Amino acid sequence: MNILLVFLFLIQQTPDSLPVDTAQVTEIVRPAPPTNVIAKDTPNDAGGSISVEWDISADDGKGLKNVNLYNVYKSKTEEGKFDYVGTVGAARTSYDDQSVEKDNKGYYYIVKAQTKEGVESEPSNISSGKSQAQWFHHGRWAYLILGVIFTLFFVLYIRMAKGKKLFIRKIAGLDAVEDAVGRSTEMGRPVLFVPGIGLLSDIATIAALTILGKVAKKTAEYETRVIMPNYDPLVMSAAQEVVKQSYTEAGRPDSFNEKDIFYLTQDQFGYAAGVDGIMLREKPGAIFLQGIFYAEALILAETGHSVGAIQIAGTDRVTQLPFFISACDYTLIGEEMFAASSYLSRDPIMMGSIKGEDASKLVLIIVIMVGTVLGILGGLHLGLFENWFSNLINWFARG
Amino acid sequence: MKERKGLIFGSVILIVVFIIMFIKGEPSKNIMVWIAAILTLSIYSFLYKDNVFYKFAEHLFVGVSVGYSVSVVWQNAFIRRVFDPLFITRTYIVDGKFSLYLFLAIVIPTLLGMLMVSIFTKKHGWLIRIPIAFVVGSYAGMGIAPSFQAYIFEQTQSTLYVTLSISSFIMIVGVITTLVYFFFSKEHKGFLGKTAGVGIWFIMVAFGASFGYTVMARISLLIGRMNFLLHDWLGVIK
Repeated sequence: MNILLVFLFLIQQTPDSLPVDTAQVTEIVRPAPPTNVIAKDTPNDAGGSISVEWDISADDGKGLKNVNLYNVYKSKTEEGKFDYVGTVGAARTSYDDQSVEKDNKGYYYIVKAQTKEGVESEPSNISSGKSQAQWFHHGRWAYLILGVIFTLFFVLYIRMAKGKKLFIRKIAGLDAVEDAVGRSTEMGRPVLFVPGIGLLSDIATIAALTILGKVAKKTAEYETRVIMPNYDPLVMSAAQEVVKQSYTEAGRPDSFNEKDIFYLTQDQFGYAAGVDGIMLREKPGAIFLQGIFYAEALILAETGHSVGAIQIAGTDRVTQLPFFISACDYTLIGEEMFAASSYLSRDPIMMGSIKGEDASKLVLIIVIMVGTVLGILGGLHLGLFENWFSNLINWFARG
Repeated sequence: MKERKGLIFGSVILIVVFIIMFIKGEPSKNIMVWIAAILTLSIYSFLYKDNVFYKFAEHLFVGVSVGYSVSVVWQNAFIRRVFDPLFITRTYIVDGKFSLYLFLAIVIPTLLGMLMVSIFTKKHGWLIRIPIAFVVGSYAGMGIAPSFQAYIFEQTQSTLYVTLSISSFIMIVGVITTLVYFFFSKEHKGFLGKTAGVGIWFIMVAFGASFGYTVMARISLLIGRMNFLLHDWLGVIK
C-alpha cells in the first residue's frame, strides 16, 4: 500500500504533470495602447492646464479586458524623457494636466494603458499642446445674459431713485432702532453693536456697517455710548470710519471715542466669551446683533436677553435665524437686513438696488411659474412642451 | 432671591455629585486634563452668574486666541507669502531671469497690506481706505459669478424639476410665496399680503426644522464635553 502511495506521489511530481504552457503564463501580456491622443488647451480657464484626450485601448472592456488604468506622461521635447503626470481609471478618455508651468509653450504627451498587474502598454502616439488663459468662460453665457438683464434693472431704478423718491415698505425691526437707542439713553446704559464673525468681504457685514452708521448717528444725537467688539481687524477699521462719519454728520465729532470700537479676538468662541463678558459687565440697554453669526448666535442672544437689553438681530445665515427669532425682540431675516440698510440710508443707489432686486425676483417668479406649467405639460408627454421644458432646464443647467 | 437660592442649591448638589464621582472614579493623572477640566467648569459657572472663575477663563481664552491668531497670521501671511518669496525662495526669479510681474505680485499686495498700519497715524489714517476698498471691491466682484450659480441658476433649476405630486406643489408654492415675502416694493396688503403671509409660514416651518436640527448638533457638543469631564477627567465612565 505504501509503495503504491509513493508511486502515485512520484507520478504527481513528474515534470510531465506540470502545465505545458508555464512559459506562456509568466510572459508579460501588454494591453493595447490608447489611440488618437490629442493634447489641447483646457477651455475656459486661467491657463496652466492642458487637456489630454484619447480613444480607449482595444483591451479596455473588450479584447483582453485587462486595462485597469491610463497613465499620462509629459515631456518638454518630442524626443525627450516623458515624466509621469497623472492617472485616470479604465473607460476614461481624458485627463486635465494642471501642472503646466508656462502658458503658450508646447508640451508633448503620451498615454499608456495599464493592467491590474501594473503592466503598461506601449506608448500611444505623441501629441503636443499649449496652455492659454481665456478672458471669457464660454460656458457661462447664461450668467452674462441674466446678469445684464438684472444690471439693467438696477441701473434703471438707480436713475429713477435719483430723480424721485422710491417706495420701500416698512420693515418691522427698523422702527425699533430709535426706540432701542432711546431706551438705552433713558436707562443711562450704552448700546452694544455686535457685527458677528463675518469679514469685510461678506455682504451681510457690509449691510451691518450701514445699519451701524444709522445706529451711531442716533447714539451721537442722544449722547449715548456705542460699544463694538470686533472679530476682524478690517471690519474694526471700517466700523471706526463709519461711526466717526456718523458722529460728524450728527454734529458731535468730539463725542466719538475710537476706543469703544475695538478688536477682541479672531477665535469664534473666544469672541463669544468676550462679548458675553461685555454684556454682563456693561449691561447695555440695547444690543444689535447684525452680520454673520454661526454657533455663537444663541449664546450671545441668550446672554443679551438675560441682561434685559432690547435686542435687534439680523443675519443672512439661515441656520442661525431661528435662534435670533426665538431670543431677540426683532429680527431682520436675510434680505430684510439688506433692505433695512437701504431703507435707513435712503441712498438712491441702495434704494435703486433694492427695487432692482425686486424686479429681478419678479422675473424669477415668472420663470418658475412658466417652467412649472411647461414641466407639468411636458410630464404629460406633449412633445412641444417637453422640448421647451428641457431647453429651459438646460439653459439653467448650462449657466 | 428665590432664584438665587435655587441656583446655589443646584451648584452645591453639582459639587457634591462631582466629589462623589471623584471618590468613586479614577481621576486622570494628567495635569493638562486637569487644567482643561477646571477651565471647562469655569466657563460653565457662567450659567450661575458672572463670577471670578468665568472672568479668569474668559480673559485667558481671549488672550490665548489672540496670541494664537497673531502667530498664525505671522507665519501664514507674512513669512509664507512675503518674507519667504522675497528673500528665501525668490519666486520672482524664473530660469535665472528677474520677472517683474511676479515681483510686483508680491510687492503690491504687501504695500497694500502695510497701508493698514496707517490707521495708527492721524495724518495718514485715511490711507487705510485704499486696502479696504480693494478688499470690498475685489470680493464683491469675485462673488458675482458664484452667487449667480449657487443662488439663481442651481436653485431655479432644482425648483423646476416638477412632477405631478404633492411635494412638487408644496415646493413651488413655498418658493414663490417666500419670494413674494421678500418683495419690498409694495406694501404687504390684499392679495400680496396674503401670499406673503403664506410665505412667512413656509419660512417659519423651515426655521423650526432648522432649529431642531441645530439643537441636536449642540447637544452632541454638550455630550462631548460631558464625556471629557466624566471619562477623561474623572474616569467615572469607562
